[in-house]
Amino acid sequence: MKKILIILLLINFNFTNAYSIEADVFIQSTVNRAAETLGAGLTKEERMDELKKIALDTVDIKGIGFYSLGVHRKTANEEQKIEYLKAFENYFLQSFSSRLAEYSNPIINVDSKKKINENYTIVSSTLAATDKRPAVKIEWRVYTKNKEQPLIRDLIIEGLSLARTQKEEFNSIINSASGDINVLLENLRNFSNN
Amino acid sequence: MLKKLSISIIYICLLTFNVSAGSDGELALKKDQPQKIKDCFEKLNRATFTFNQGLDKALIKPIAKGYRNLPDPIQNGTKNAVTNLSNLVTIPNNVLQGDIRTAIVNTGRLVINTTVGILGTIDVANKMGFPKYEKEDYGQTLGKWGIGPGCYMVLPVLGPSTVRDTAGSFANVFGGDPWYNASVHGNNEFLSEGAYIASRAISGVNFRADNIESFENLEKNSIDFYASIRSLYLQDRENKIKNTQRGNIEVIYEDNDDWEEIDNK
Repeated sequence: MKKILIILLLINFNFTNAYSIEADVFIQSTVNRAAETLGAGLTKEERMDELKKIALDTVDIKGIGFYSLGVHRKTANEEQKIEYLKAFENYFLQSFSSRLAEYSNPIINVDSKKKINENYTIVSSTLAATDKRPAVKIEWRVYTKNKEQPLIRDLIIEGLSLARTQKEEFNSIINSASGDINVLLENLRNFSNN
Repeated sequence: MLKKLSISIIYICLLTFNVSAGSDGELALKKDQPQKIKDCFEKLNRATFTFNQGLDKALIKPIAKGYRNLPDPIQNGTKNAVTNLSNLVTIPNNVLQGDIRTAIVNTGRLVINTTVGILGTIDVANKMGFPKYEKEDYGQTLGKWGIGPGCYMVLPVLGPSTVRDTAGSFANVFGGDPWYNASVHGNNEFLSEGAYIASRAISGVNFRADNIESFENLEKNSIDFYASIRSLYLQDRENKIKNTQRGNIEVIYEDNDDWEEIDNK
């Protein structure tokens, strides 16, 4: 009976921990996956398709989308939010894959991680130097609320946050249109279509 | 004389304007939040930005591309020399910010690189293990002293700035930059105003040459390139004023409230 209890306890222990992924391991495996894609000798279109798949698996696109709306999150109605998230996902995937597809064989090494609260862990990494440029520090804001499925929410490159840049860009567009979120939607759709 | 008087008037106007702008609660330096810096002259700024982009495409970018075709030792030597000259502005700013230790280190760096490093073309100090060099300027010092950034500005040719940073850069021509003083007012046969302008131009071309691909990439993937550049410039200045070392985790905490709000949705 005692043996059975121990076995049950061990099974339970293994079960609850089996799918918990450490943020640094998650980032290293994600960058390895991206590097493999970029170094596989694929055409640019194939590379972009593969990178989009990686982004869908590892990035919290919905969370970044809401964050990027800034103060306008509160004023947008439900229908606008749904339309926005649709347009944002297409825009994000296009922009993300296009930016990364230009690189070939980037070497990123994870250096350390720091848990800042229950929901976030910051993973610090370095993009290795090449003949043309020095090493680049990259921090990853990893959303760890769901321990089994961490997601990337921001990249901070040499102290510059990409999510914050995007939020300020979107807010500038909305503010220039006197708070009309539809103008942003139109811009996002145009970007994806082009 | 007239030139100095005009500069003085502009400088006083900028500082006065900045003091007024600084009284706005939104513009004050807040320790744990990103600053909300107003783009008070947005229409004019966007027009200047378009002009600068035209100038960049027609002149600066082609020069930067040509510069990149020069042999590496020439590029590195030039870059090292202009970086070495920037110590002349960095050192007084280290002192003004109360960072005497770094001022001493940078003075050592300047002396070694100018002498052993043949007028700064070889970064001997770096090879000797000196700490990484961080540029400082008068805009950063004003920020460190608690003066708010004021409005965002785009200057013709020079690009993004703020009222405070523009005012800070005027300090260079009021005796704050020994290299400017020596070349423009030095009254010697070796240096002239041309040498100063050339050094600034080389510094600009260097920066542009280092960032050709990143700017192209950013422009291609932005839906409002002007706003992206503004955001990146202001983030960079904020980090420099706080002396946040690149890659320092501190910057992560700044926008935490906004992220937390999303989690509670």
